[in-house]
Amino acid sequence: MKAAVIVFPGSNCDRDCKVAIERSTGAKVDMVWHGEAALPDGLDLIVLPGGFSYGDYLRCGAMASLSPVMTEVKAAAERGVAVVGICNGFQVLCEAHMLPGALLRNEKLKYVCKAVDLEVTNSQTRFTAGYAGRREVAMTVGNGEGNFFADDATLDRLEGEGQVVFRYRNNPNGSSRDIAGIVNPKGNVLGLMPHPDRAFEPELGSADGAILFQSALASA
Amino acid sequence: MRAKVHVFLKPGVLDVQGKAVEQALHGLGWNDVEHVRVGKTIEFDLKSGDAAAAEAEVKAMCEKLLANTVIESYRVELA
Repeated sequence: MKAAVIVFPGSNCDRDCKVAIERSTGAKVDMVWHGEAALPDGLDLIVLPGGFSYGDYLRCGAMASLSPVMTEVKAAAERGVAVVGICNGFQVLCEAHMLPGALLRNEKLKYVCKAVDLEVTNSQTRFTAGYAGRREVAMTVGNGEGNFFADDATLDRLEGEGQVVFRYRNNPNGSSRDIAGIVNPKGNVLGLMPHPDRAFEPELGSADGAILFQSALASA
Repeated sequence: MRAKVHVFLKPGVLDVQGKAVEQALHGLGWNDVEHVRVGKTIEFDLKSGDAAAAEAEVKAMCEKLLANTVIESYRVELA
């Protein structure tokens, strides 16, 4: 099993992601600089980490979505490789049009950093199969622009097609329809604002994030 | 040629920053202020002297990077 974490200038959860994936799955994790024109061979999982890529300038994730390596990430996703974007990584996936919608400023204008309870809305995805039908998991969020927005037609489609994977029990940021995480139609690209990389062992308050990484790699 | 690109959240997309500014203006006594929107302006020089070509270029820049048309609209001024 092999995974890569993409490192953008301003990423700050890249090493957390590496440690979280290694400890929860035993996979080998490569760190890949955003300027690379190629990805390592034989990847089963690519993670876009949280942080403040390019200082959140212009729009969160906008400049990172145009990084050289993103061409390869898109190609890998089209080949069916699992891609997970966490927090800023979710913003990057939306800006790269690999997922629909966008992340707006939080409704109350505050940076929200806290533990959140999530409903697993779809337990049939390759990222959530390991929850084995569990309806509720715990992770943490830390974001200022985590308010998921899409037009009503897109939201209806996401819900109708089972693309909403996680919902907040108590919406911390005003996200449309309490959405915390979504997948693409093919089911191999997941974006979520909560951090599975900050919830991978009981000492962190929750080990539920470990199951997400294990599922992603078990299905590879 | 100088380009100015104005980017705003689309009508219907909640502009929480605009709302906060509006409330602050109300707090200062300007109670008749409504529908405040906060946007951004991006300015730059273009070597091109051809206005039509420049406009097409700047629009392409907006679509590709300067605006996210899922949530934002943009307006281009060239002078």
